[in-house]
This record gives sequence, structure tokens and C-alpha cells, in this order.
Amino acid sequence: MTTNELTKAASQVRRDIVRMVHGVASGHPGGSLGCTDLLVSLYFQAMELKTDDQDSVVFDMSGTGEDMFFLSNGHISPVLYSVLARRGYFPVSELATFRKLDSRLQGHPATAEHLPGVRIASGSLGQGLSAAAGAAYGKKIRKDSHLVYCLMGDGEQQEGQIWEAAAFIPHRKLDNLIAIIDFNGQQIDGPTDVVLNNRDLGAKYEAFGWTVLHMDGNKVDEVLATLKAAKQASGQGSPICIIMKTEMGQGVDFMMHTHKWHGTAPNNEQLTAALAQLEETLGDY
Amino acid sequence: MKTYTFTEKKDTRSGFGAGMAELGRSNPDVVALCADLVASLKLDTFIKENPDRFIQCGIAEANMIGVAAGLTLSGLIPFATTFANFGSSRVYDQIRQAVAYSNKNVKICVSHAGLTLGEDGATHQVLEDIGMMKSLPGMTVINPCDFNQTKAATIAIADYEGPVYLRFGRPVVPNFTPADQPFEIGKAVHLNEGADVSIFATGHLVWQALEAGKILAEQGVDAEIINIHTIKPLDKEAILKSVYKTGCAVTAEEHQMNGGLGDSVAQVLALNHPAPLEMVAVNDSFGESGTPDQLMEKYGLTAASIVAKALAVIQRKK
Repeated sequence: MTTNELTKAASQVRRDIVRMVHGVASGHPGGSLGCTDLLVSLYFQAMELKTDDQDSVVFDMSGTGEDMFFLSNGHISPVLYSVLARRGYFPVSELATFRKLDSRLQGHPATAEHLPGVRIASGSLGQGLSAAAGAAYGKKIRKDSHLVYCLMGDGEQQEGQIWEAAAFIPHRKLDNLIAIIDFNGQQIDGPTDVVLNNRDLGAKYEAFGWTVLHMDGNKVDEVLATLKAAKQASGQGSPICIIMKTEMGQGVDFMMHTHKWHGTAPNNEQLTAALAQLEETLGDY
Repeated sequence: MKTYTFTEKKDTRSGFGAGMAELGRSNPDVVALCADLVASLKLDTFIKENPDRFIQCGIAEANMIGVAAGLTLSGLIPFATTFANFGSSRVYDQIRQAVAYSNKNVKICVSHAGLTLGEDGATHQVLEDIGMMKSLPGMTVINPCDFNQTKAATIAIADYEGPVYLRFGRPVVPNFTPADQPFEIGKAVHLNEGADVSIFATGHLVWQALEAGKILAEQGVDAEIINIHTIKPLDKEAILKSVYKTGCAVTAEEHQMNGGLGDSVAQVLALNHPAPLEMVAVNDSFGESGTPDQLMEKYGLTAASIVAKALAVIQRKK
């Protein structure tokens, strides 16, 4: 896909996100909008995914012979669901069921309802990196050379388990794992620096033995280039951590530069105002 | 009363180690994880023979549970091991979300459960783990009684698809289960036929129940003794069949009364066939330092306690 096509897909995903959270008057639009460019870049370009003869994606829980993605900050499920649907893992129309009774699109990603594309539940923070480490270890044992990606939040870095995994992964030389931290500087109660300062995350990961890269997560070109660099750095003994600067609420002006839209759904007027800023490119569900 | 003999006393954790050694040779998908307690878990043989299938996680149990969950994706069968306290209460949320809710084929195998850990004291003597684990949807909870049964259970859970919590301990106890007895998850083992009272015991208390049966027989009481090695799924049929006959029951376990085997049996009886029930268990208390025998005596987890409860519950029938 060209950068232009990816940008267009991202616009549609952002429309999906605000419509999904509006449709059920709950959910987390802020971080979802901020991570849209990354997930679109991963699923439509960077990751090697299993496909059939017609080039349609095929979901296989084992992830054997393909790259795998783990969403640790499960509350940004809207962006994951939209990207999975738009990539062909399940019908786009199913996005309308988000957070509703009997839906496969639970508030936070889950496997109990067998939604294609989700391999483990997340939502209780700090756990995804460990699961990704297990998946990466499994690939090593099975001699599968594909990569494992894991997205985490920056607020999530306050969880202790993250640092257990951060020590384990380089120690076990899981150089097939690429962790990405959504560095938007915001969490529910306010700026991350104020709530509990993470200090220099890049320096911390480096000290733990990771190769650290930085990128602007809202510039598709830069995202693609950094993911390529990360892939090239894999397999050389160290895991890779990308500190990804993003703007929470990216793409909707009144949702940006604040933590207020972390977990708040837009009302009818706000939805209209948001959609006016986001081009419909692939057709609304 | 049927006579049970044993040739030697052995620790149940060594049964786990022996089971792992056998799995290491028979099942190439089995992987062992440990949080800095390799010798305590008796993993030496497995590690020596399968160094590439052992993952030392360090003192980081939360990560270990997550890594185990991730390993299942590629069809591996992870056995995540540590002390019972650190493999249950310390990592409850990790087990809940990454293992139980995600239905991952992780075997959480924990030693040093209960009071018989002894001198380390209450910080290490978990007495709530059965309750925590059995309340997780989809979790299988197993508490075998001796070396042979623990070894058989270890081997059996590798062939079962789904999350399992396998609990065992440190002290040496009589090894009386026949070495060739197959382990059936969820199927109680009938140890003695009796008509006066049903004794349902689990783990280290099973031998105490057999000792109690002998004492009761001397007093003319005919006790039915059943080994409930699987707390969940519970063998309701065996429990009800027995109590239909005897009309009353005693449960015995090295665990809190709240949330333990006694609770599970009480639920089955109350819902299906209300009958007098007495429980031998720790009564809403933490443990403390002491030798295993001293602690079992002080907290009333003995054959004598089972006898006393049996006599009391029989009185309640009238």
C-alpha cells in the first residue's frame, strides 16, 4: 500500500472509532485515535500475515508462520477492532456491535467470544508484554523466524509486571520481539508526568538491554520507516523497543492536547463535528 | 476397615518432579517454567534432560504466568511452577485474565501449599488458594494425596486441554496409592466402604482420614472414605451416592474452611440432599512458624480431629 492509501485507511479507521464509541456511549477514543496510524501501518503494510489464495487474511490462533500482534493496553480496543475488520478478519458491519450484549467485540479484547485476530485477553494493564514474550519464546522453540509485536501505553509503564517482562525479554535474548510504547503523555487522571513520572523510558529500556528507537507515531512515513528499521534490527540478540510519540485524540481537533477524551464518548453534536474532520474513504459500516 | 499399607514416606513435590521427568521424555511439547525455586519443585531431572525446554523466569511470578500463556499459542504445554502462595494469590489477576479468561492451556503447579510448609510461617503458608482457584471459571483444581498420585496427576494434566491448578507440598507422607493407579481428573477415589459416615478428604489429609477410619472402626463406626483429589470439577455423583447411604459427612483438608473442599461439598449437599456436615479445616486463621506436625496438631488437621467430627456429625443425624 502507498502512504496515501494508508493515510486514507487511517481516516476511515478514525471514523469507525468515534462512531463505535458514540454508538454505545462508552469506550476509549483518545488513545485509539493516537495509535491509528501505527495499527494501520502494521496490519496493512509491516506485518507478514497469513493469507489464503485470494489474498484474504486467515486467522490462526497459533500464529505459526506469521507475525503476531499483542495489544497490552486493551482499552484502545476500538482501533484494534476497526483495523482487524478493515483488514478482513471479520465483517466490518460487526463494528456496530461494539460493547453491546452478545457481541464478540467486548469492551476490552477477549478470546472467549472467539473474535478472529485476538489471541489473549487484555485490559487489566501490564500483562501484554509477558504474553508477547511467551509467544516470542514459542517461536524460538518452534524455529519460526517471524516477529512478535506488542503495543503498550505509557501510563501502563507504571505497572510492575512490565518491568519483570522488560528484564526477562533481553535476558532470554528474545530478539524477535518488537515492543512499542504509545508515548502520548496522558492517562486517566492527567498528564503521566504528574500522575507518576516514568522519567526517561528510552534510557530505562536501554539499561534493561533493549535496542531503543524513537518515532512520531502520527506520521505514517516515519512509522513505516521505523518499523522497517526495527525489523532490520531484529535477530541480532536484543529485543527492540520503539518509543512512539503520539497525540491522544489525533485527527479530531477538540479531542487533542488533553486527557479528557481518554475514556469519554462524544455526544451527537460532537460526533458530527468529529466526522466532519475525518474523510470517509472506505465506506462507513 | 480396609487395610492400607505403605512402604515409605515421600513428599508429594517429589511426585511432581518424577512426573515432570517422565513427561520430559514422553511429551516434546511440555515446557517447564520456574520462578527461582528449581530445587524446591524437584525439577532437576527435567532440566538436566531437557535444558532447552526449561525457562528460568527469576523472582517474577506475574511475568512467568503471562509468558506461560503466550507459550501455549504455539502448541506448547507450559508447566509454570513456584510455591503455592506465589502461584496463586500473588498472581491472581494474571491467572484470571491471561490464563482462565483467555482459556489458555497453562498448568500452574505449586508446591509448599498449606500449613505443612512449616517454619517459614504464614507469609508462605497459603491456605486460601483452592478457594481462589476454584472460583475462576474454567479452572481445574487438583490436590493429590501422596507421591504416586501426584506423579500420576502431573502426567495426566499434560493430556488435558485447559488451565489447571495442581497443588502439592513439602513434607513426607505415606505413599500408599498404587503406582499403576490411573489418574482420572474429576473422578474421586473410593478408599473404604462404610455405612455410618462419609469422610471426604483431599491432599495430605487423605492419609489422616484412613487413620481416622481405623480408630472409628475400633469404636464400632463404619466410615466410608473417599479421596477427593480434584476439587473442581467436583465428583458430585460420588459425594451424593455416598451421603445417600451414610446420611452425613465430614470433609478434611489443609486449607481454609472458607472456600475449600468443605465449601464445595456443602454446596452439593445443600442443593441436592441436605445432610449434616462437619469440616476439618483451618478456621479463618493464618498459620504460623512451627514444625509441620506441630502445626497440623495445633490447627486440628489430624486423624483425631476427623474422628471427633465424625462422631459429632453422626449424632446430628438423630
